[in-house]
Amino acid sequence: MIEVREVWKQFGRSSVLRGVSLTVERGEAVVIIGRSGGGKSVLLKHLVALLQPDRGQVLVDGTNLCSLDERALLPVRRQFGMLFQGAALFDSLSVFENVGFVLLREKRHTAGEIRRLVAEALDMVELPGTEDRKPAELSGGMRKRVGLARAIVYRPQIVLYDEPTTGLDPIAGARIDSVIRRVWSHLGVTSIAVTHDMASARRISDRILMLHEGVIHADGATADILGSGDPVVHHFVNGIAPEPSTVVPQDV
Amino acid sequence: MPFQIQSRFIGLLDTLGALSQLLGEAARSLRHQRPSWRDFMQQLYQVGVKSQSVVVTTGAATGMVLTAQTYFQFHKVGLDTATGAVVSVGMASELGPVLAGLMLTARVGASMAAELGTMRVTEQIDALRTLATHPVDYLVVPRLLALTVAGPLLTAEAVVVGIVASYLVGVKLLGIEGAYYLAYINRYTAPSDILIGLIKAVLFGAAIALICCHRGLTCPQGAEGVGRATTEAVVAASITILVSNFFLTLLLTRLLY
Repeated sequence: MIEVREVWKQFGRSSVLRGVSLTVERGEAVVIIGRSGGGKSVLLKHLVALLQPDRGQVLVDGTNLCSLDERALLPVRRQFGMLFQGAALFDSLSVFENVGFVLLREKRHTAGEIRRLVAEALDMVELPGTEDRKPAELSGGMRKRVGLARAIVYRPQIVLYDEPTTGLDPIAGARIDSVIRRVWSHLGVTSIAVTHDMASARRISDRILMLHEGVIHADGATADILGSGDPVVHHFVNGIAPEPSTVVPQDV
Repeated sequence: MPFQIQSRFIGLLDTLGALSQLLGEAARSLRHQRPSWRDFMQQLYQVGVKSQSVVVTTGAATGMVLTAQTYFQFHKVGLDTATGAVVSVGMASELGPVLAGLMLTARVGASMAAELGTMRVTEQIDALRTLATHPVDYLVVPRLLALTVAGPLLTAEAVVVGIVASYLVGVKLLGIEGAYYLAYINRYTAPSDILIGLIKAVLFGAAIALICCHRGLTCPQGAEGVGRATTEAVVAASITILVSNFFLTLLLTRLLY
């Protein structure tokens, strides 16, 4: 179980998270929605301790990640897989070396087993036979799928997705979503994504949380959030721009 | 103005603290796990093998010009044959390690800072961390070891090439008697001169790796941030080499002579 307790985070003068609290149970498929620049990615990075809160706690199965140093966090992070917004593939390594990165470093598996596990992960993201290619030779959608293969190949229990469909065309986005859904259902992982793409959120979640002005504004089953009468949620979900300000700027 | 000086001084202390922490983390990494032989060899190839041409050229050019200038001055007082000794001692204990260090900073340090900086701004460092890999284990330790090993080897190469170039210029071009030239080199170049140069080269190699990796790992966001981190890394490493060289000369001469 992941528990976020009263997390505050400030960058310079900008207060991004203002006491966020949430709980995610094992096996859930959760999506965190919210406006661009609203702190969704910041919150996601707190879950795997890539960022430390100014105040508050992040607990994974009761372990407070905020009390651990970088080296002590390594075994905790082994439970996580993460797909980054830009995939964050290692440019100098091939697809095989990227996907098999953890397995190659851990040296728990034989070379043959690693080849098989990498091939299975690439099959799951519908990119079989791409092991020898370099990240620079891949399209944006393919890079994201390789990033996803890298995140799941070592069988983590929790997979985090940072804007999985951003920058992709609708077909590539739908393809990523179907892979995310498949990873969740076939591997039984806990899935936590942040996105502002409502079509994607609808496809990959059972539960949606809305981050608004630094706090969790709404939390409920996907259908309930999509049909919510709350004006903030309703406007966001349906893409309705707020009324323009009635205050006319004055010339100085 | 005093405020600027104060903030710069605090910034310097801050950086020194961060570099000490990075060195401590690298030592901790070496204690916890054996570094990957493959990563080390890859870095040694990038740092050592690929830097040979630039270091050899620097050594040869320095040896030649130092020989010519020393000869022109010594010739006035009839000390032509001492030219080789001056060049040899100067190259072995001062110019060899300093110039090899500066060339390594320009060729290797800049590339390290830019590579790690780009990895940081494209979230590859964060990706490493989520893949249960400490960035110091994977990125810093192999580079630190490679530069610490390659530094003295390349310095030795630069010194040897510089002295050979000096011999060719002094004896073949300027007409100094070859036997005397070599005899003076042998008489005045002590093993401690060579040892001082090699110790400096080890320390300079480690300093380049630490400073440039640190700047890359703490690079600000964006292309501008990578550019700035690279420039700052080269400037900081070069100044460290030049300033620390003076103090190392005093300290090592006192210890080894």
